[in-house]
Amino acid sequence: MIRYARNTAALLLAVFALPSFAALNILACEPEWGALAQELGGDKVTVFSATNAFQDPHHIQAKPSLLARARNADLVICTGVQLEVGWLPILLKQAGNPKIQEGQPGYFEAAKFVRMLEVPTSIDRSLGDVHPGGNPHIQMDPRNIALIAEGLAKRLAEIDAANSTVYQARYASFADRWKKAIAEWERQAAPLRGLNIVVHHKAFIYLENWLGLKEVATLEPKPGVEPTSGHLSEVLAQLQRQPARAVIRSTYNDSRGSEWLAERAKIPAVLLPFTVGGSDQAKDLFGFFDDVIQRLLMATK
Amino acid sequence: MRLPKPLLAALALAPTIAIAADNDLQTLREEVARMRESYEKRIQDLENRLAQAETKVSTTEAKVAESVPQAPVAAPVAGTNAFNPDVSLILSGQYSNLSKDSASYRITGFHLPNDTLDGLKANRGLSLTESELGISANIDHLFYGAMLFSIHPDNSVSTEEAFIQTTALPYGLTLKAGRHYSGIGYLNEQHAHTWDFVDSPLAYRAFLGGQFGSDGVQMRWLAPTDTFIEIGAELGRGANYPGTDRNKNGAGSAAVFAHLGGDVGISHSWRAGLSYLGTSARDRKFDELDATSTSVTNSFAGNSRLLIADGVWKWAPNGNASVTNFKLQGEYLRRTESGDLTYDTNAASLGTATGHYSGIQSGWYLQGVYQFAPKWRVGLRAERLSTGAIDYGVNSSSLLASHYAPSAHALMFDYNPSEFSRIRLQFAQDKSREGITDNQIFLQYQMSLGAHGAHKF
Repeated sequence: MIRYARNTAALLLAVFALPSFAALNILACEPEWGALAQELGGDKVTVFSATNAFQDPHHIQAKPSLLARARNADLVICTGVQLEVGWLPILLKQAGNPKIQEGQPGYFEAAKFVRMLEVPTSIDRSLGDVHPGGNPHIQMDPRNIALIAEGLAKRLAEIDAANSTVYQARYASFADRWKKAIAEWERQAAPLRGLNIVVHHKAFIYLENWLGLKEVATLEPKPGVEPTSGHLSEVLAQLQRQPARAVIRSTYNDSRGSEWLAERAKIPAVLLPFTVGGSDQAKDLFGFFDDVIQRLLMATK
Repeated sequence: MRLPKPLLAALALAPTIAIAADNDLQTLREEVARMRESYEKRIQDLENRLAQAETKVSTTEAKVAESVPQAPVAAPVAGTNAFNPDVSLILSGQYSNLSKDSASYRITGFHLPNDTLDGLKANRGLSLTESELGISANIDHLFYGAMLFSIHPDNSVSTEEAFIQTTALPYGLTLKAGRHYSGIGYLNEQHAHTWDFVDSPLAYRAFLGGQFGSDGVQMRWLAPTDTFIEIGAELGRGANYPGTDRNKNGAGSAAVFAHLGGDVGISHSWRAGLSYLGTSARDRKFDELDATSTSVTNSFAGNSRLLIADGVWKWAPNGNASVTNFKLQGEYLRRTESGDLTYDTNAASLGTATGHYSGIQSGWYLQGVYQFAPKWRVGLRAERLSTGAIDYGVNSSSLLASHYAPSAHALMFDYNPSEFSRIRLQFAQDKSREGITDNQIFLQYQMSLGAHGAHKF
């Protein structure tokens, strides 16, 4: 009887595993912030990413599993600028967790730390999925990651003061390695400067800005509106006058649009990991940008 | 390269000068050669300068475009209206083609009050359906508030929800107070514009009058586990069907619910729940045909206990629902009612009589919605009610218990150009009424504007 009770207790524990109390529980809205938190927190943090590289972080539902994670989080790290507007407010409202409410130290918006591009001067839903705060895909420029890392290291030290020296030391090490990595990526990517590209979604503006790529067309007629055959034909016609070297999409974009165009315009369709986990090589933030540069170089050789 | 005019003139003049004298010829030739040389040098200089200028412009452009990321300067939010709450508006309308008149709509064997039934009848032809205006915002650091008005096709306005909710309670606790939809079941808490079909399931109509809301308080607790475990309890006024408004202190309805949920791999997620709703009704009037086929008005006073088991399972490849996804959802409702039933309150048929009544009734629906291509979905719903065991007591000779099992089936297609708009076509066969098969066609639009809608699970 006792043994039975013990087994049952063990089983219950296994099924309803309690979250780690020792480490700082972090809920990252996107994998890149999860990876960054892991870089800066090491074994002092337990990171859970709400989305993976194959999911569009804008079109996620407030799933039960996410509510459970929000309940136990000491810190949520999200891009912000309304990228998660459909589900993050529900998590915050229903989690019963005062630590992660907006304005609290446990609420970290990455976009607050970088200069936003494509901030619209006028907003109207007829323009498609435009974000009032600017283009939210800030993770595609490693220089943004550096700025956010600095802010995040400070925030980790604030929330978990006991380990602040650990976070500062890890940040110093990361910042140094990151700076060197950026220099190397820029060296490798030099031949890409001025290259004309077509993109599926306006998701690469920060990458283009960093590497000097020129976006000549988008497959989506309007941001967030899936490509139509009419618009694809227009893009194809445009490419006759203004050729591009590649058509680029992220891991969660439907491949059909870019493959259609690639075949007819005789240019490579390039799938770029959009975040950590988006390809086999993109195991961490370093691997992510390594792979982005390599894939672009390969396609445009 | 175009030659400048002075040079051309000089070249044209050269032959005439050549005739003048042989001596001068050599001098002139040298002169012309010098001129040519000097002009060419100047042209070369100009070209170089032009090229330099062009490079300069392009580098400036590049500098403008490739702005180096830097920490942003926070812009102050100005104006007294900066605190304006979120406003959202739902616009909805439909065309209904019903083969049977909905004026006589009822669910055989289920005692729905007249005003509740009225709310469930679809207008034939073109009509506006429920429009909804929602206003919400954080009130302060402790509370969030929301109000949702529903504007009905007949121009009446009702307050669908108006509540405040805590945001800062610790330990996974959330307290809600005001008018709100009850957390029982799966579909009950969802607003009509997020439903996957035009109408609510038959079981929701029969046991909850469509949807159960109440003025009251709700407490929810989320367990500190990685598996989603949520427990909630409510106390309410219970003025709506299956309850009735009562002039008394205390609560007229009580509900408890528990939810369990999680993910299976990255492509599947699920939630299951068990709920209980207890209401007590006084003088809940309903019209019914009695044993002599006369329409009589009866009245029920007693307790109503409803148990709901619900489950929803969602699939999307890699958790990315944008291209294809599937949602399977089902609920089972079982109600026990016991109390006194007064037959023929207006003495229109066999004369007023009061006696004990008890009934155990149940119903279920099961629906699947499949998004087969971006923007396009198809859905199928099957449902059935069981009038179960009804005991009319002393009135069993004047009221005959029906053994009819109401059922319905629906097939819908919808097109969602964006996450803010939806156009839906639904075919349904409704057998709510014994002996009547109503073939229905609905064409509906549902659009939202203003604040971004919530992606609830």
